[in-house]
Amino acid sequence: MKKEEVPQDDANLLEGKFKVVKYAVNENGEYEKVPSVGWEPENVALGQAWEVVNERVEEARQQVLCGAASPLAYHMEKNMMDAALLAKHMGIPARKVKRHLEPEGFNALDRSTLEQYAEALLVSVAELKQVPQ
Amino acid sequence: MSKDLIIPFEHQQSAHCETGVISNLMRFHGLRVSEPMAFGIGSGLFYSHMPFIKMNGIPVTSYRILPGHIFKRFSRSVGVEMRRMRFRDPASAMDALDRVLDQGLPVGMLTSVFYLPYLPKAFRFHFNGHNIVVFGREGDEYLVSDPVMDATTRIHRNALVRARFAKGMPNTSGRMYYPVRVPTDADLRTAAARGLRRTARDMVNTPLPMFGAKGIPYLAGKLRNYERRLGERDARLALGNLIRMQEEIGTGGAGFRFMFAAFLQEAATLLDRPSLREHAQAMTRIGDQWREFAFEAGRMCKGRAEAGSTYDTLADRLVELGRLETALFRELARSGKA
Repeated sequence: MKKEEVPQDDANLLEGKFKVVKYAVNENGEYEKVPSVGWEPENVALGQAWEVVNERVEEARQQVLCGAASPLAYHMEKNMMDAALLAKHMGIPARKVKRHLEPEGFNALDRSTLEQYAEALLVSVAELKQVPQ
Repeated sequence: MSKDLIIPFEHQQSAHCETGVISNLMRFHGLRVSEPMAFGIGSGLFYSHMPFIKMNGIPVTSYRILPGHIFKRFSRSVGVEMRRMRFRDPASAMDALDRVLDQGLPVGMLTSVFYLPYLPKAFRFHFNGHNIVVFGREGDEYLVSDPVMDATTRIHRNALVRARFAKGMPNTSGRMYYPVRVPTDADLRTAAARGLRRTARDMVNTPLPMFGAKGIPYLAGKLRNYERRLGERDARLALGNLIRMQEEIGTGGAGFRFMFAAFLQEAATLLDRPSLREHAQAMTRIGDQWREFAFEAGRMCKGRAEAGSTYDTLADRLVELGRLETALFRELARSGKA
């Protein structure tokens, strides 16, 4: 890749915070580091990955709103976790987390478990108990 | 509370985190090694497609050796003595960090990008293999040299604890490391020649079809069946994932092939082997073909494929890449013996 071929396809993924550097060949045939704001195929692939995440979050939100799942399901998806990963953060078996993903299991939780979940999912206990309308 | 402290650490932006940390830490300890040189000495380049290992349900494709191993190979080869630690609980992990900082030593550590608030949101997936250097603290904040960023940054103590104790594949477990002895007169020539030979051997001699250069046509075979086996949507997701692995920050869109070409170029001078410059050019052309592959794949992901572009044409590109890489690394393996 020549220096002038280093892609500058800005999809604002870096939020203007910084540029990444890539190795490319300069006019003397030597490699050097060249800043880049992004590259189309990567932007597409990342966008696609986020689409999947957002779909799952929205699906979970709908499930919560219709009473089929507890708000925990929404916040878990929002953190891009599955029951197994969340269980690791909680230090409890995954089947317990799965029970808490159901409204009955969630409603029976004591304060300290709720606090632990809130901590693991980067929200307050009050936020944990609801989803955006 | 610990006292404020800033260690004079020179941050240089790098293309990739692990090799960037090596280069930056070595410079601090008086050994100048560029990022591509660190990559080459550590024999970082590789290829593997492992359908039986899945991350988020998608088979893993990798263009490099396992995370952490570039540093291990580099240290062993150059004679750097590293202290590595891991912890059960955050309190002792942070105490240990403070103690090493108090000795005036910058500390490398493993973090999860999901929990690094200073990184752009789009990149923050659960990837537990990101290396950074902490080189000081001020109040509740730690000073961070994140190699992929253009400047140093800061992170709140609580956020750093989270990033150091993420769960998943792998648990980051508070892992941290710092050099305790760096030979400033290290024999980089021998190390570079050895690193080059090992990369070439890894690429052409690794048994099992999914590893080394022959892993590339192996993936091609799988790719031809993607649409039939996975359905249209999942096939596109798998393809998108392939691009992400290939582009994993700093690979220049070519799965580290350009960084390796930069290493070959530097090695040509260091080892006084001008033929390596030609090999660097060949590697550059291969990198460009990887970029073309990603470009075509990206258009397919978007549902904007050119007429005549199919999973089969993508697979054909991989077959050709496999052929080119096999030929190049065979030659490098042979030339290393002389």
